[in-house]
Amino acid sequence: MNVFAPIGRVFLAFLAETGRLSLFTVSAVSHCVRAPIYWRMLGQQMMRIGYFSLPVVGLTAFFTGGALALQIYVGSNRFGVESVVPNIVVLGITRELGPVIAGLMVAGRVAAAIAAELGTMRVTEQIDALTTLSTNPMKYLVVPRLVAAVVTLPLLVLVADAIGVFGGYVVSTESLGFISQTYIKNTVDFVTNGDVSSGVIKAAVFGFVIALMGCYNGFHSKGGAQGVGAATTNAVVSSSILILAANYFLTSILFGR
Amino acid sequence: MAGQTPKIELRGVKKRFGPKVVLDGIDLTIEAGSSLVIIGGSGTGKSVTIKCILGILTADEGKIFVDGVDVTRAHGRTRDEMLRKFGMLFQGAALFDSLPVWENVAFGLIQGRGMGRRQARDIAMEKLAKVGLGADVGLLSPAELSGGMQKRVGLARAIAADPDIIFFDEPTTGLDPIMADVINDLIVSTVKDLGVTTLSITHDMASARKISSRIAMLYQGKIIWDGPTSQIDQSGNPYVDQFIHGRATGPIKMEVRR
Repeated sequence: MNVFAPIGRVFLAFLAETGRLSLFTVSAVSHCVRAPIYWRMLGQQMMRIGYFSLPVVGLTAFFTGGALALQIYVGSNRFGVESVVPNIVVLGITRELGPVIAGLMVAGRVAAAIAAELGTMRVTEQIDALTTLSTNPMKYLVVPRLVAAVVTLPLLVLVADAIGVFGGYVVSTESLGFISQTYIKNTVDFVTNGDVSSGVIKAAVFGFVIALMGCYNGFHSKGGAQGVGAATTNAVVSSSILILAANYFLTSILFGR
Repeated sequence: MAGQTPKIELRGVKKRFGPKVVLDGIDLTIEAGSSLVIIGGSGTGKSVTIKCILGILTADEGKIFVDGVDVTRAHGRTRDEMLRKFGMLFQGAALFDSLPVWENVAFGLIQGRGMGRRQARDIAMEKLAKVGLGADVGLLSPAELSGGMQKRVGLARAIAADPDIIFFDEPTTGLDPIMADVINDLIVSTVKDLGVTTLSITHDMASARKISSRIAMLYQGKIIWDGPTSQIDQSGNPYVDQFIHGRATGPIKMEVRR
């Protein structure tokens, strides 16, 4: 038996999957700019993806901001420069942790939900039923989710930024001995529009990735309950990995020298 | 009728999934106003045939015509116009569980044809009444309905937009014999009222005999017999005989894998 055959098979399967995903992406994006737009569905998805993710994103941002303040305090204390805590907290939250934490939390919550919903619709022939009812499943199911995620993720990240910075502020003023007004002044003076907007750009990309992977895996699920389970897992894993990879590349593009 | 364009025509349609040949050159003609049932064992390609006609799957080879128009690889407006002629009752009803029953029935009118919700709702209630369901059912969620009621709602949805052609995918599967007969009667009366062309797929012979004027049998990707329902008992085809009498022994070997 040829030992290279299994490696070749895996490689070919990877290429085929990449090709399918690329075609799906092109089709999804092209449908975004063509009528009809299902406004009702879009509104529903914005509520589901954006509004209902607020508690989980807010809580994680708060604790992340607090933990970040503690770690920076420990590190800066070794060099006697504890005053940089508010500056590094706001920089870390707006540029990196806000978008990444929000992206990963929404990936876990939303990509799974989208894949499970569309996967169930696929195996119960509801997606085929849409076609027979003169409704394009791409336009009706994929476009509203994609647009809603791209629009609401940046808004969620703005909220996560504010709550994350607030978390750092609470920990710094309550247990690290910082003076409230000084902390706020240092934060406001240090943060720039570029810091916040870079996080917002990242969030839009992450939103696209989350909705795309949820829709793609749901759309292509097969084989009943097990298939839907596999699609859900793949959606969360692939969107999380792609978010971290995209974060690196976006950081190097936005802040690279 | 001789000389008339067939409602649906399949010429040499082939479809394979990887190494598995599902349809191996199907030729089939369905005249306007006729009721054809395709019978055959599980996994013989009955559903694939229907999906190829609807364009949900694309045939690898061959041609498919609807009202004389080649729709094999139709897209855009041609496909939209073609799909408007069809209604379909799915095997598991395929109702949208996020929508109430009336909105399921009215879905094609609202989303597919841009009709106002109020007008579409009135039509949905009228169609529900036609399949023996009251207005109160229209407000329920599909999950609250029994299998038989879901099939009725599926039928109401299939006829909501007054289609020319209706496909029935295993209309009686999963139903008790009495409810199966109720659905068969509903199909017969609905088809008679609307004067539509129907294509059904089933392996329930009682249902096939009741709802069809013609039966075709699909085996190993080919149509092996095609004739009037009244003649199926005298087909002289050992495959058809084994299938319609449900005998375990005979020329048909059941495939374990799909």
